[in-house]
Amino acid sequence: MAQVIKNRVLAVLVAIGIGAGLLLAFLTLAPNRLVLGTGIPLADLLHGWRNIIAVPALMLCCGIFVRPTRLTQWAVVLAAVLLLVGFVWLAGDAAARLSQEATSLSRVSLGGGFWVLLAVTWLAATDALQRLPLATAWRIVAGVAVIAPVIALVALGELNQLSLLKEYANRQDVFHVAFLRHLEIVGATLVPTLAIGIPLGLALYRSDRYAPAVFAVLNVIQTVPSIALFGLLIAPLALLAAALPSLGALGISGIGLAPAIIALTLYSLLPIVRSTVAGLGQVPRPVIEAAAGMGLSPRQIFWKVETPIALPLLLSGVRVTTVQAIGLTVVAALIGAGGLGSIMFQGLLSSALDLVLLGVLPVVALAMAVDAVFRFLTLLLDRSQP
Amino acid sequence: MIELQHVSKAFGPVIAIDDLSLAVSQGEFIVLIGSSGSGKSTALKMMNRLVEHDSGRILFAGDEIRSFPPEDIRRRMGYAVQSIGLFPHWTVERNIATVPELLKWPETRIRARVTELLELLDLEPGVYRGRYPHQLSGGQQQRVGVARALAADPELLLMDEPFGALDPLTRVSLQQELARIHRASGKTIVLVTHDIDEALRLGTRILLLDRGRVVQDGTPMQILAQPATAFVTDFVGRSEVGIKLLGLETVAGRVRRNEFGEGPPVAESLTLREALSIFVARQVDRLAVVDGEGRPNGCLHFADLVKASE
Repeated sequence: MAQVIKNRVLAVLVAIGIGAGLLLAFLTLAPNRLVLGTGIPLADLLHGWRNIIAVPALMLCCGIFVRPTRLTQWAVVLAAVLLLVGFVWLAGDAAARLSQEATSLSRVSLGGGFWVLLAVTWLAATDALQRLPLATAWRIVAGVAVIAPVIALVALGELNQLSLLKEYANRQDVFHVAFLRHLEIVGATLVPTLAIGIPLGLALYRSDRYAPAVFAVLNVIQTVPSIALFGLLIAPLALLAAALPSLGALGISGIGLAPAIIALTLYSLLPIVRSTVAGLGQVPRPVIEAAAGMGLSPRQIFWKVETPIALPLLLSGVRVTTVQAIGLTVVAALIGAGGLGSIMFQGLLSSALDLVLLGVLPVVALAMAVDAVFRFLTLLLDRSQP
Repeated sequence: MIELQHVSKAFGPVIAIDDLSLAVSQGEFIVLIGSSGSGKSTALKMMNRLVEHDSGRILFAGDEIRSFPPEDIRRRMGYAVQSIGLFPHWTVERNIATVPELLKWPETRIRARVTELLELLDLEPGVYRGRYPHQLSGGQQQRVGVARALAADPELLLMDEPFGALDPLTRVSLQQELARIHRASGKTIVLVTHDIDEALRLGTRILLLDRGRVVQDGTPMQILAQPATAFVTDFVGRSEVGIKLLGLETVAGRVRRNEFGEGPPVAESLTLREALSIFVARQVDRLAVVDGEGRPNGCLHFADLVKASE
């Protein structure tokens, strides 16, 4: 019997999407920002010409049953992106309509159905792109292009009546301060991380006597939960600041920026050290020997041969570290370091779900953006590799 | 050119080189051969100070090599290793230009030299100049490796198993290329190999090493015909000595000038080993011989393979 389902991944995604569309609330309407709202299913929002969204949905369903070729995969990407944008726009449009009808305090929030459909369409687009024979550079460009229309909708104000964007409008100043603080903490972590991690990796590569011990310590640090590590640093730093008032004057104390940056640096060291050692380790021995044999000095071998060959792997270590630091910085808000985590925790404490999202979504976006930028940089450097 | 006087080298308790003496004169093609662990690579690497010798003296152009900074001496000697020694992040052009750049040659001179070398090694400069090593076949990579070693016109060329990673066909064609370059340039070459056929094909002089000592030092003919010990005979391949001897001589040396054979002629530049193969394959006992221009110049009898005619 010929197989009917030609694309199993898409079949699973569509099944999940249909289930979420039918069973879960697409939006919720609440009388104010703190109480739980009543769900509004997707079907209630589809009337009149809005039903046009069925066209890309059907296209996506067809994708399950046709043999994957270059053309059908592009069609799947197109259908998934149209559907993704369609859902986002539908949410914004419905929010605008509902808020006209209700009181000024009422809030329209995104429901579980919306998030599942968003994830499903995005995964469908990404999966189809993965199957296409694209150069890595174009893959990155396409990945950005998939989410670009959503960013455009936000920028155009089409979603302004959603609770999430209202939270943003209410806290614009606080949000901007927190966002910049977040970047500041990540940036301030990277400086000592690179300054310590790269020389340490270099030293371990040159003589591997201490490598097992150092990696064991760094591995243990990685396994300590972040909140515990932040907490552990409070007492010693508070004592230090008390003992040396000059340090306190510099802003070093048990809570705030200092312990956050120290803890984040400790976490960041492992990926950097490991990628430095691995990057240098993958420089073939004969290449180094040939370089020496032709009369390059040790310094020339390091700068002209070892560094350029190790750089792509080293950069991927910096990428992992940065993405990790962006995520961990959220937790640093608990010890008063600020950042987007402070918005998230404020939302959690007041059980305002949209405020939580206002803190979390930029973190996710930031991590993805940094990831894409570093992948692109690595690619530029890696032109000589097969 | 380069001279080793009673040189020894130990790595911890392991003696790699044991009282080695060797004088290489201008224009010689010396092959250091031996099984792994015989010290052949160590001997080569001591010549450009990649390995420092423990005792004895190594003289380069009359001076102890330790009186020069190692980088200086290395830039005066070409150095070629297996193709994986190319810099993967540099183009063919930059790879070849490595030593000229270190010597701060002017850019136009470097460019001209790269073109010249690519042509010498049968690589179309327009096509290959800008390629990266991973875009080349193994044989092409090795050609670039040889070109890189020759780039700054070194006084001495050191080659450490340069053709070890190649398939047999490519290896033979590169050996012929190297032999041609040696004849044309008169460069002094020291090459390390474990392949006896390569040694017999290339060397004007072969040093067979075992456990850091020279077992025999002689011409290919001497190694085959007058083995110093049973070890040499074993190394060469006891049952194949005769065949290998035939590989050292060409048809030209045995041809009967006053006779003419029948059938398709063979070139006088063929080795006797190849001629033997043709005799057997065609099941004949006489072959017509032609010279380089294709003019008939005699006949080779099967018996001439064993002994030259009177």
